[in-house]
Amino acid sequence: MCRLFSLTSSEPVSPIKAVEALDMMKEGHDGSGIGLFLSELDGPFAQFRDLPILSGIFTQSGMRRLEDFMSAKGFLTRYRLTLDVKVEPPPGTPKREIYLIQVYEPPESWQDLTPEEQERKMTQVRLKLRHMGEAEQDMVVFSFWPDVVMIKEVGDPMEIGIYLGLHREELFARRIMAQGRQNTNYGINLYACHPFFIQGITTMTNGENTAFVPIKEYLSTQGVTGYEGYQSDSEVFTHILHFALKELNLGIEAYKHIITPLQGGYLDHHPDRDFLSNLKQSCRRLIIDGPNCVIGCLPDKTMFMVQDRKKLRPGIVGGRSGLFAFSSESCGLDAVVPERDKTKDFQPMHLDTAIVSPDCKEVRICSQTQPLPLQL
Amino acid sequence: MQPNAAITPSTLSRCDFPWQVKWDIQTCTLCGRCTSVCPVNAIEPGTFRKRSIESLVPGLNKMPESSFKVYHGIRQKTDPGYACVGCGMCNMVCPNNAIEPVGAKFGDTLKFHHDQGGLSRTRGGRRNSGQSVLDQIKFLRISMLTDPALDAGRHEFEMKTLIGRILPPAKVLKARKDKGWVPPVREIYPLLIGGMSFGALSPNMWEGLQMGVAYLNEELNMPVRMCTGEGGCPPRLLRSRFLKYVILQIASGYFGWDEIVHSIPHMKEDPCAVEIKYGQGAKPGDGGLLQWHKVNKLIAAIRGVPPGVSLPSPPTHQTKYSIEEAVAKMIQSMSMAWGFRVPVYPKISASSTSLAVLNNLTRNPYASGLAIDGEDGGTGAAYNVSMNHMGHPIASNVRDCYLNLVKLGMQNEIPIIAGGGTGKNGNLSANAAALIMLGASAVQVGKYIMQAAAGCLGSEQDRCNICNIGRCPKGITSQDPRLYRRLDPEKVAQRVVDVYLSFDTELKKIVAPLGRSTSLPIGMSDALGIADKAAADRLQIKYVV
Repeated sequence: MCRLFSLTSSEPVSPIKAVEALDMMKEGHDGSGIGLFLSELDGPFAQFRDLPILSGIFTQSGMRRLEDFMSAKGFLTRYRLTLDVKVEPPPGTPKREIYLIQVYEPPESWQDLTPEEQERKMTQVRLKLRHMGEAEQDMVVFSFWPDVVMIKEVGDPMEIGIYLGLHREELFARRIMAQGRQNTNYGINLYACHPFFIQGITTMTNGENTAFVPIKEYLSTQGVTGYEGYQSDSEVFTHILHFALKELNLGIEAYKHIITPLQGGYLDHHPDRDFLSNLKQSCRRLIIDGPNCVIGCLPDKTMFMVQDRKKLRPGIVGGRSGLFAFSSESCGLDAVVPERDKTKDFQPMHLDTAIVSPDCKEVRICSQTQPLPLQL
Repeated sequence: MQPNAAITPSTLSRCDFPWQVKWDIQTCTLCGRCTSVCPVNAIEPGTFRKRSIESLVPGLNKMPESSFKVYHGIRQKTDPGYACVGCGMCNMVCPNNAIEPVGAKFGDTLKFHHDQGGLSRTRGGRRNSGQSVLDQIKFLRISMLTDPALDAGRHEFEMKTLIGRILPPAKVLKARKDKGWVPPVREIYPLLIGGMSFGALSPNMWEGLQMGVAYLNEELNMPVRMCTGEGGCPPRLLRSRFLKYVILQIASGYFGWDEIVHSIPHMKEDPCAVEIKYGQGAKPGDGGLLQWHKVNKLIAAIRGVPPGVSLPSPPTHQTKYSIEEAVAKMIQSMSMAWGFRVPVYPKISASSTSLAVLNNLTRNPYASGLAIDGEDGGTGAAYNVSMNHMGHPIASNVRDCYLNLVKLGMQNEIPIIAGGGTGKNGNLSANAAALIMLGASAVQVGKYIMQAAAGCLGSEQDRCNICNIGRCPKGITSQDPRLYRRLDPEKVAQRVVDVYLSFDTELKKIVAPLGRSTSLPIGMSDALGIADKAAADRLQIKYVV
């Protein structure tokens, strides 16, 4: 089982803090990989908040192909950060050529596009690069989106953190998500490392998704750009959230009603039972069957945690005003927010969604039994 | 037979018969129960003459003597028209176990003489074959350490399914917003009692099934549904609140539909659904068949026909000129009859044309599902040749249809209801779970329920299978009160409940180790494997040895 840690802060924080939290929970992951999501970036990226950032790993030839491709499309490079490594990689981590984080200015023609069309175009560029890289094995692309940096690598999280210099100030961010990977089902593949990202929506999960195949079959046939790949059974959680928010225009409160809908009497007595019943039926193929703990970040930088119906995975949220964290275990919280009031720590159960808004003031608990704040 | 008597082509000996009646003179009490209970008069009281030689003590003062004795016993008839069907009722009623049918050791020759008078053999039952791909499917994906396995006995399970046209999420939200029509959807238990008509089944059997279904719903909170088959529905049931547990079937003979249509204004509840039967697995391309033996006054009244005549339904609906008309017009008409509040779906026999039907349904917004009946489906009456040789296996047909829906992204929109041989070798829950994981939303059973809930004696070894002539020795498929009073409806109801409770436990015992409890694992093909490479490739599941 993997270990998860995320933090949302009103002040920029070093990603190495999240890695330290993973290190505290080392008994729960086998050090087979780490994935990082950084947003509301500080440092040099702050001045390019609206421009898409490409995150990935490239060989020299892949880099050349990337530059050819992007310039042919009309993209201009505005800023580039490479995580230069001078030493040999730690044991178990392959030697890579270029860890790239590059800010692009889109072609002028994009100015006439609606925000939705621009989002689709960015996704298409990412997918095209991914396909190109898969064909030649010379590039791996994690995200191409404004104000989002993603770093993934195989190996022990702390060793990689030091190796890649994740403490550097350029990477300070207000929203950080990190996963320490426990490799179980699938071969070690960078695309299988959490967190997963699509169009501003990120999630990471621990636990195996036993309903993976039917969910994957459903999502990948809905005609939505980006619902593909699926190197990990957890990637579908990100896409279900995307489906709920972007395709159905629902709020985060509805997410849990899709992945683990209410049953029996709870549903019959819910004030929104007609709506929820329709939603449960029409989204039946998106019901997850866990056991999973999902932590995610929304386009507006709201962070949340949900458990599946069985609630068999650990998950805790806590913090103080200005800094909240979501963690698989309380020792992860202790590592990053030791000064919090621990009596206010909360472990979401099978009906709960724990939400922290970008203002980082409090943890809001939304139970599935409550009325939905939606225009039904 | 006398040694000098004529031997006709169809003169057979006991050895030529598939079932030979073994009778023991030592234990027989000559009570006569066996001959009176035999449904096909295969045995009769016999008077036998026996010579005995009395050889005297050594010394040879006197020659051995012979004498003749007469004794009475049981004789098996050797006229092909009275062949023993192996039901074993003689043994069941015998106080001393003095008589029993025994299967032929060397195969029977009777099969060449079933066409006396030029009439092809008709019978009830299933395809006479014990083979089952479903039985070979194993459930492989067991959660143990990667994920905790669930406790089938104590964990919470939601083992329900949906019947009805399920709109895609965006469309249903839009329909709600615009206050538009959302097609009716029923949340039901995934094991349905498939269409067995009032007429094919005896009144006691039907009553027992209905009582069992009502108990499951009202006392055990299991939303089990039962299809009427083509034969109408008793008027009292049509006007009762229990109609909501019933799926009304309309088929090409339209039997009973005059009564049903006239009852609509008086219905307290909508039926669960309407099933339009275009075909059934036991006799693909053939219509229903109720032979004259079973059309008594009651059946005739419910079906709206004269008594004592055979009722062969046409092979196709008379309104059907094309698939578009058949599907679109009939589904829409039936939907309209209940104000678009009742799901309407067609039932077809599994066929290489199933995909064409399915594709047509995907374009019809009123189509609420597709029931597919495989080659091993049972029936009350059909030609032997249809039963044994016609039809498509259910496993690959369901899989093809499901994968086709997946290709279209409509796998949640049109539920596939699979049937035909589920549990034919007794493995009901394993077979049903396999069909669900291959892509079926629900499974329907008929023959299994007859066997388990009422003690039907029929088997794929061609045992009994005389449902068609109304002589069912258990009273399940007979309209003769002397026979069906043997069947206690209360006991049938109790067995129906037993079957469902046990099925439910076993289904959980299958899905719990797979880590599934929150929803029915429809299409969870990654859990399945089979030790047959060709079958694995065909079904797109794992090949394991």
